[in-house]
Amino acid sequence: MTQEMDLNQRFEDYIAADQKIEAKDWMPDAYRKTLIRQISQHAHSEIIGMQPEGNWITRAPSLKRKSILLAKVQDEAGHGLYLYSAAETLGITRDEMLDALHTGKAKYSSIFNYPTLTWADMGAVGWLVDGAAIMNQVPLCKCSYGPYARAMVRVCKEESFHQRQGFQVMLNLSNGTAEQKAMAQDALNRWWWPSLMMFGPNDASSKHSEQSMRWKIKRFSNDELRQRFVDMTVPQAELLGLSVPDPALKWNEETGHYDFGPIDWSEFEQVISGNGPCNRERIAHRVNAHNEGAWVREAAAAHAAKVAARADQQTHAA
Amino acid sequence: MSASKNEWPLWEVFVRSRQGLSHKHVGSLHAADATMAVNNARDVYTRRQEGTSIWVVKAEDITASTPAEKDILFDPANDKVYRHPTFYDLPDEVKNM
Repeated sequence: MTQEMDLNQRFEDYIAADQKIEAKDWMPDAYRKTLIRQISQHAHSEIIGMQPEGNWITRAPSLKRKSILLAKVQDEAGHGLYLYSAAETLGITRDEMLDALHTGKAKYSSIFNYPTLTWADMGAVGWLVDGAAIMNQVPLCKCSYGPYARAMVRVCKEESFHQRQGFQVMLNLSNGTAEQKAMAQDALNRWWWPSLMMFGPNDASSKHSEQSMRWKIKRFSNDELRQRFVDMTVPQAELLGLSVPDPALKWNEETGHYDFGPIDWSEFEQVISGNGPCNRERIAHRVNAHNEGAWVREAAAAHAAKVAARADQQTHAA
Repeated sequence: MSASKNEWPLWEVFVRSRQGLSHKHVGSLHAADATMAVNNARDVYTRRQEGTSIWVVKAEDITASTPAEKDILFDPANDKVYRHPTFYDLPDEVKNM
């Protein structure tokens, strides 16, 4: 009991002194659980996030755009892998995490349950979705858990190209024909509100926020980051000559921020509880890809075992 | 879960970012064997010329000190300040030492 208290005190001291907690350090069970939940959900979001953009790889308008999109989707896979291995340092296995994703037990970012209907969506996703993700992820580079923080440094370094290429797609469309500009506007109309929802519930109704802030896993509140995103993005929309689909959006001289309209949280609840436009499709596709790869995983494991056994035999013979 | 038994082993990945520097731990990944681990490490950890050389080591083959040993292992160095050059006060006339 007293030892437990000592350990807990040491943990609290580390957190207070902005020291990192490393994989083998003692940590409270609730801290471990929170991290496993957050990091694995983050990893799942990267992996499911490959699908909306993967949808356009074969139909990109040029070889250049196709190469860029391919590189971006490959990055999302890489980000998922960094994060899965960061979560594994906490004592959960890769299989357990994949199982939780495939059975619907684990959640992922609700944004990836929206369809990508036109090429302009590749622009809007990069610009808005990756833009919101960066806003969320940069503070995580300083989170109190070392392996997560280090994985996030890698992710953030790579994410910036994602947003810039998306903005450039929007810029080209906005400067194109009237039809192209209308396509860009339509994409902004559809992705704006779901992007704002990416920051999660309002602070008052966010159930994990307070504890995560105390543990320095989270550094800024949902509403703070959302406001920052709006302030940064609205001038970019103006630059594109597009209008943000929010009649209540207005610069507030007094606060130095944009005021914006209320978010439709019932839509968020619907999508997060499985009833978004693409939830079933996304999971079905993921499970299918996993099952179809089973023979490859088994064959590679069998081959490795055979080679190892043969090497073993040779050592014994010699 | 029985599926975990089929999971490919975990490998720790170390990358030399350029000639003249030592290999540095960058993360881990799963692979069936060492060759696949190197190939996967190339795709996962060096997509932007982050390295000129890769080491992979099976995670289970690493022996690490435990946080519980921290005091025993590292505290004794605390009171041996004479191991640092700043411990020695020399007259200002002695330059470049």
